[in-house]
Amino acid sequence: MNPKTSDQLATGVIYALVAAVIGILIFLLGYILMTGIPHISGHFLTSAAQSFRAGGGVRDQLFNSLYLLVLTLIISFPIALGSGIYLSEYAPENWVTSLIRTSVEVLSSLPSVVVGLFGYLLFVIRFGMGFSILAGAIALTFFNLPLLTRSIEESLQDVSELQREAGLSLGLSRWKTITGIVLPAAVPGILTGIILSAGRVFGEAAALIYTAGQSAPTVNYGDWNPMDSASFLNPMRPAETLAVHIWKLNTEGVTPDAAQISSGASAVLIVVILLFNLMARLLGNWMYKKMTATR
Amino acid sequence: MDEIKKNLQSSSKATHQDYFGKTITYICIAFVGLLVISILYFITTRGLATFTENHVSLWKFLSGKNWNPGMLDKHGQPQIGALPMIVTSFSVTVLAAVVATPFAIGVALFMTEIAPEKGTKILQPVIELLVGIPSVVYGFIGLSVIVPLIRHSFGGTGFGILAGTLVLFVMVLPTITSLSVDSIKAVPMFYRSASLALGATRWQTIYKVVLRAATPGILTAIIFGMSRAFGEALAVQMVIGNAVLMPHGLLTPSSTLTSQLTTGIGNTTMGTLPNNALWSLALILLLMSLVFNILVRFIGKKGSLKK
Repeated sequence: MNPKTSDQLATGVIYALVAAVIGILIFLLGYILMTGIPHISGHFLTSAAQSFRAGGGVRDQLFNSLYLLVLTLIISFPIALGSGIYLSEYAPENWVTSLIRTSVEVLSSLPSVVVGLFGYLLFVIRFGMGFSILAGAIALTFFNLPLLTRSIEESLQDVSELQREAGLSLGLSRWKTITGIVLPAAVPGILTGIILSAGRVFGEAAALIYTAGQSAPTVNYGDWNPMDSASFLNPMRPAETLAVHIWKLNTEGVTPDAAQISSGASAVLIVVILLFNLMARLLGNWMYKKMTATR
Repeated sequence: MDEIKKNLQSSSKATHQDYFGKTITYICIAFVGLLVISILYFITTRGLATFTENHVSLWKFLSGKNWNPGMLDKHGQPQIGALPMIVTSFSVTVLAAVVATPFAIGVALFMTEIAPEKGTKILQPVIELLVGIPSVVYGFIGLSVIVPLIRHSFGGTGFGILAGTLVLFVMVLPTITSLSVDSIKAVPMFYRSASLALGATRWQTIYKVVLRAATPGILTAIIFGMSRAFGEALAVQMVIGNAVLMPHGLLTPSSTLTSQLTTGIGNTTMGTLPNNALWSLALILLLMSLVFNILVRFIGKKGSLKK
């Protein structure tokens, strides 16, 4: 085979591989949306799940997912921000820093089951929290921290060194330079990072099965007192999320219409995650334009 | 005079602020470090309990083929042989990586060498979307599309290593692709120029120069993908069949370390042997994740481009 033919052949193969990958994605999204969207209705989103009868909805699971997401971000964002600032601004180049970087890497590559089991061992059992939203949120924080820290560090790194020098030369302290100049300039990147990590947290299930539990007790949506055990805001109640619900329906569930509910719930999950992705992109671009006066 | 001296010698408000801020960030990073250490510590101590408290021999655990932790075998030893799960975990991981790598490299080459502008514009969102799809959704699609498909075309139940491989292949594809793109992009432009100037075709340049120079990076990408596949729990658990048997082929139901963990932990009591045995499986997962990390570092050090 002469080089010309093999060049054409290889190019053709690469095109075919690319087409296959795009085809897989289109099939996945198409399948989920085509089978799932017909099952999404007002009733599906606003009624409670049924264990033994058909026609249940996902109201509680959907709320639990969102509530867990908010709690997780409230816990993980400050810690990730602090760690990100440390790694980007303060960390000296020595073995301690490289050890810390290694441990962040290790944390990010740990299987999420292992993180979930650690949460189960420490919070559910040792601290006696039981299966609860709080334990789930903490487990998700562990899962989320390395990724969020990394993205915050990267957006801080992207801010030009000139900005820091300008701040320091005006006689500002290091901390003032960071909070007053570097952080605002990094906001678009940080926001994008948060939204993308929100998408991951929203779809995570393995870390939640043994921390937030697999049951969704009926809650009272009119009760705004978080201390009350029947309140929907109570962080100590067990909470099955949408992703866990899909898993449970397909493995242990006895609900007759499990396939329909799972496809509906999968479609809801995918739509929410697509929205997160879209939002991250639009918001990032918009903020960038607004803050840098480029077009 | 004393007033001025005092002012000059004490630190300013800004310095205090700086200390304050620095302390906060130190606390945050210390927390992360502490977290990693405690995860390692807790999982390790619980995982070792099988061997220290229940006196099961490590060799038996790693090489035994019967997994039935509640029962004793004819020698009065508990039946905890983790070999079937270890074998299954490694098979799905390696097979998924083998299937995914050509696709990933093809896509990466398209995005870097063949159509950098258009390719990135189309394929970057594709990769991000593939990453974004939650693992339960992959599992659900595997269960409702791939498993019946395998059942119809090859017979059997449809559950097994093949189904697990096919699901994991799609899940590790974006990881391997995006890291390969990074490593191919890092190959200096003058390598390509030199090769093309010698009259090489594009494919000769790609195959003989670019891919060779990017090999360490691509290997790292594959290992990252394998590490994701090895630790993936729910998607695999939904399609693998969950029967702790030595796999006899790609089509018999089997069980991975992660799938056994997710199904088992809830059904056993803390502190008993069946429970301890599961924690030992978690320990294997943890150790493998560390091994993958070390491998990545090793390759990174050995293979970095010499300038």
